[in-house]
Amino acid sequence: MRAVLRRIGTGLVVLWAAASAAYLALLAAPGDTVDSIVGDGADTPLIRSQIIAEWHLDRPAVVQYLDYLGRAGHGDLGRSYLLQRPVRDVLAGQAWPTLKLALSAAVLGILLALVLAVTTRRPWARRVSSTTELVLVSTPPFLIGIILLSVFSFRFGIFPVAGDRGFAALVLPAVTLALPIAGVLTQVLREGLDRALDEPFAVTARARGLRASAVLIRHALRHALLPAVTLIGWLFGILLGGAVIIESVFGRPGLGQVTLSAVTSKDMPVVLAVVVLSAAVYVVLNTAADLTYLLIDPRLRGSRP
Amino acid sequence: MTAATAQLSLGRRRPRPGFAVAVAFLLLILLVALWPGLFAGDPLRADPLQVLQAPSAAHWFGTDQLGRDVFDRVVHGARHSLSIGLAATAIGVTAGILLGVLAGLAHRFADEALSRSFDALSAFPLLLLALLFIAVAGPGTISLVVAIGIATLPHYARVVRAQTFVVRQAGYVTQAVAFGDPRIRLVIRHVLPNVLGPVPVLAMIGLGEAILAAAGLSFLGMGPQPPSPEWGAMLSEGRGYLHIAWWASILPGLAVTATVISLTVTGRHLQRRFEGRTDGAGS
Repeated sequence: MRAVLRRIGTGLVVLWAAASAAYLALLAAPGDTVDSIVGDGADTPLIRSQIIAEWHLDRPAVVQYLDYLGRAGHGDLGRSYLLQRPVRDVLAGQAWPTLKLALSAAVLGILLALVLAVTTRRPWARRVSSTTELVLVSTPPFLIGIILLSVFSFRFGIFPVAGDRGFAALVLPAVTLALPIAGVLTQVLREGLDRALDEPFAVTARARGLRASAVLIRHALRHALLPAVTLIGWLFGILLGGAVIIESVFGRPGLGQVTLSAVTSKDMPVVLAVVVLSAAVYVVLNTAADLTYLLIDPRLRGSRP
Repeated sequence: MTAATAQLSLGRRRPRPGFAVAVAFLLLILLVALWPGLFAGDPLRADPLQVLQAPSAAHWFGTDQLGRDVFDRVVHGARHSLSIGLAATAIGVTAGILLGVLAGLAHRFADEALSRSFDALSAFPLLLLALLFIAVAGPGTISLVVAIGIATLPHYARVVRAQTFVVRQAGYVTQAVAFGDPRIRLVIRHVLPNVLGPVPVLAMIGLGEAILAAAGLSFLGMGPQPPSPEWGAMLSEGRGYLHIAWWASILPGLAVTATVISLTVTGRHLQRRFEGRTDGAGS
């Protein structure tokens, strides 16, 4: 129980540090906040003072920081400078296309990795597969996307070139995002399988007369899956970062596009919200993964890794 | 897919020619990055009569939408992409070593604080952290380099911290402490040289990741601005013409892939060779 509480406590501390670091970056930004809010609009001293009053920019930095933390704690992410709407609404409106893309890519990538890791046990298959993995992991995701586009959309015209209408438009982006994920996961799973098959229990199972494939799937795979669980935070990061690039390649709407346009127009509340939210999800996922580990493997409960 | 990969998959039968191919390719890239003029012409010279020409004897990689030779641009791009990757990795590694040693030698509280800040930093997906930084500092090569450097720092810091813990217990450190060596001398003479073991190989693999990240960000328009012949930026410029001229975007992309594969293959080979000494350094 103590280990669980301590893990949750660390998670909270990390979350606070991440939120603060992002805010600090914001404070360090050169240029005036008022300027970015005014944008291309009318710029008079009256408007400027109204903006300062409205956004509470006249208060000391410490007060603004505490205010930001308090609001973030309540789920209030501030207002977009540019769109003059609550950031939460802006993000919520664009979350579904990204979620759709990320989930289908994750499912596809994980399935592909499972199938590949289990079926490519023979030396030659293994060599082909691990070379392919290396290529996939080393290829920029946008290149994979562009190659798929030029083959399937421009040459054969099977899938639409851009947009988010219907299932067909989802196929290429999801595959593009899934391939690098499958590359990394297959490597991890294969290593896990190798290690598990060396364990005494695998030998015992073989000696009991189980077929090699049964040992592999029923015994070794379970052990190989465990270390893969710790990759969930990494997986999330890849999905989100990849979504930014892939939405841009395929011209899909979504959080990535929102983030990009916020970055170029210096709409800081939106950028800050996306970054802090992604860090929060990462921390929650990692904490959950660690807690699962504590539940499954009692040996870890004693000492701190 | 690429020449390099085809050779890799064929080559594994004999004792690791993949490694040799990778090293050879890296040397070539290095050479090209140092003296691009030896291998290719002017990357900015546009020929309006030769727009979007397919690869041929005159233009090995074809020409782009302004009639610039894609091969010339890919060759000159090596310098951009490689130096961005190297500079970013240098920042990440240097800061990582300093903070890692500090955390490894510090008392419990300071170590805890540093370790949590590494955790906090690595909670941000690399690309988003870089985008936050670029939103603050504005797009451009320097922002790109610093952003990727900061994003990769926690990885190195954790390894060095773990390594410092090991070295701290070693006999020669205890002895130096017993002899009353001053702290600074202790760190510089005894700790630092011995914690660096796994770093070069990690940095090599990390360089590949940095180049990938840099290409991704400049693809999004956050890095070197056109007409700089940077690989990611070239890909981005060329993709508008994908339906008529695949070479203008795909060939620069393959240059990224080949470089990253070579770095990874070389790095992993060296890692396997030094295994045992570097094992357990990860977190």
